[in-house]
Amino acid sequence: MWEYTDKVKDHFLNPRNAGTIEDADGVGEVGSLACGDALTLYIQVDDDNIITDAKFQTFGCASAIASSSALTELLIGKSVEDAEKLTNKDIAEYLGGLPREKMHCSVMGQEALEQAIKNMRGEAPPQAEHSHEGELICECFGIFDEEILRAIKDNDLQTVEDVTNFTKAGGGCGKCIEDLERLLVQAHGESVCETPSSEPAFPAQGMTNIQRMHLIESVIDDDIRPALQTDGGDIKLIDIDGGMVVVQFMGMCSGCPSSQATLHNLVEGKLKEKVDPDLTVREA
Amino acid sequence: MKTIYLDNNATTQVDPAVFEAIKPYFTELYGNPSSMHRFGGQVGVEIKKARASVAKILNCLPEEILFTSCGSESDNTAIRSALTAQPKKRHIITTAVEHPAVLSFCKFLEKKDGYEVTYLGTDEHGRLDMEKYKAAIRPDTAIISIMWANNETGNIYPIEEMAKIAKDKDVLFHTDAVQAVGKVPIDLKNVPVDMLSLSGHKLHAPKGVGALFIRKRSPFRPFLIGGHQEGSRRAGTENTTGIIALGKACELAHEHMDEENIQVRALRDKLENGLLAAVPNSILNGDKDNRLPNTSNISFGYVEGEAILLMIDQVGIAASSGSACTSGSLEPSHVLRAMDVPFTFAHGSIRFSLSRFNTEEEIDFVLKTIPPIIENLRKLSPFSSEKQGLG
Repeated sequence: MWEYTDKVKDHFLNPRNAGTIEDADGVGEVGSLACGDALTLYIQVDDDNIITDAKFQTFGCASAIASSSALTELLIGKSVEDAEKLTNKDIAEYLGGLPREKMHCSVMGQEALEQAIKNMRGEAPPQAEHSHEGELICECFGIFDEEILRAIKDNDLQTVEDVTNFTKAGGGCGKCIEDLERLLVQAHGESVCETPSSEPAFPAQGMTNIQRMHLIESVIDDDIRPALQTDGGDIKLIDIDGGMVVVQFMGMCSGCPSSQATLHNLVEGKLKEKVDPDLTVREA
Repeated sequence: MKTIYLDNNATTQVDPAVFEAIKPYFTELYGNPSSMHRFGGQVGVEIKKARASVAKILNCLPEEILFTSCGSESDNTAIRSALTAQPKKRHIITTAVEHPAVLSFCKFLEKKDGYEVTYLGTDEHGRLDMEKYKAAIRPDTAIISIMWANNETGNIYPIEEMAKIAKDKDVLFHTDAVQAVGKVPIDLKNVPVDMLSLSGHKLHAPKGVGALFIRKRSPFRPFLIGGHQEGSRRAGTENTTGIIALGKACELAHEHMDEENIQVRALRDKLENGLLAAVPNSILNGDKDNRLPNTSNISFGYVEGEAILLMIDQVGIAASSGSACTSGSLEPSHVLRAMDVPFTFAHGSIRFSLSRFNTEEEIDFVLKTIPPIIENLRKLSPFSSEKQGLG
């Protein structure tokens, strides 16, 4: 059984804004019966460009329904400009997180939103049609390279497995796995090139101690804990002493034979990457 | 909230009589059956009785029964044994609808060990084509492994006929009978399979015990090597409580099979007919006239299986689904795909599997609660019989 947060369960059992809007200003239809999930999003926009109403119809599992419900709640009251900035991460965060394998449900929400906004502006029909300029990567689920590249960048995906979790690409026959590896290299390569030279050498450079501690906390919460939780484990931040971060493994991780590898590769690796390359981590 | 358990093809309740029978063997009679003292020896006697009881339900000899840890171990052992015993034969025949214990193992053998595997397909009701089966058998076929009954649809396969053909061509035949033993009569005196797998927890024994039937004089190569347990065919200290439980469970299943089948089948039919009548756009998956009496696999069009499962879970009904979202993969069940069930229905399939512990009141409750749940989920869905949305 999937471990859904209470918020996911609530939005699945009591979906907000389910239904249709007869004379909607924008409609976005993504997914299909064949794929196993599909979402039609309706938005109503007033003269000030504020989304006054949003409704959805979803075919899919609990997390697909909950993601759609969350999306409409996030949209109502927002300006179209602000809505455009929403990503799948916002949907997942609103729900208190989704199982990694279900992240594609949040991506579906983001895609429906984009389509609905395009449709509102008269740029596209409700149903998403892929520009044939892109490259079809996953034939099983009809996923193009541009969607995959965006998911990799937006969510900082590192592995083919994660690309499948977020986009479904590669989850069918598996023929496109090599293409996904190529796109991962491509996406990460590009992001290196795009980094302007004025950026700090590492994220925590120039931060106050308090700011740095908050950053360490959020990296543990966002980048490290979810990975451990998928294996039934958890981690607690015990202390930060200069460049030394002290943590405690919990759940399945405590006493796990590979916890030392996890400590160095995942915990220390992520903190070095996202906070400060001089950090070291030890277990309490 | 009371649980209405309709997922007996996943696992079953340990029969209270089985539980009673094994209790003393945990804290009092905990001896090792291989020991030279009477304290251990008395447990050995019980294991002997259990072996006889398992043999009785299959109509075979007790020495043809090997106790294992589960159905998967039995399946893996059988196939590996046949391959090791005939190193020059490099071809395997199985079906596209096997349990992963056989299917994934065959794919592994194909990929890692270079065996050639023929996966027999099915028609839309999940039935095999006997002509294609006959044509698939080759001089270098080492083993044919075909399930007695399918876990998802309950379909029963013509094992007697297929095993006879294999025997005529001198090819070893294994059947995964995990879903069949205890539910339908099995007579191995008349069905010439060489090996048969069964699992305790599918017939009201606990998890962690299984058995493999190996016909006398069939070639056998052990999988676990070590001590001399099980006639040196499977090393490892016996799971004494599991084995004694399996013996008791087979005894109970054998005693009650006929009356149980009438009762369970009647409840299953009531559930199935009631749901198909009450829910528009619902279909039955499988071979209606030739399947286990306890299983019903129904697809509710335009809704997704995991959503149905979680909704019915809210009212205490436990069942399972062949939808993609529940499998952990992104595609619906391989069984339904092999049957070419349209996507409209494949994602919304629910398997109900009953046991002798289900009651008519429970079925009435299910018939009352599920139709409105499907209706509500359909209200959320952008698809319907008018709008198919096949993209």
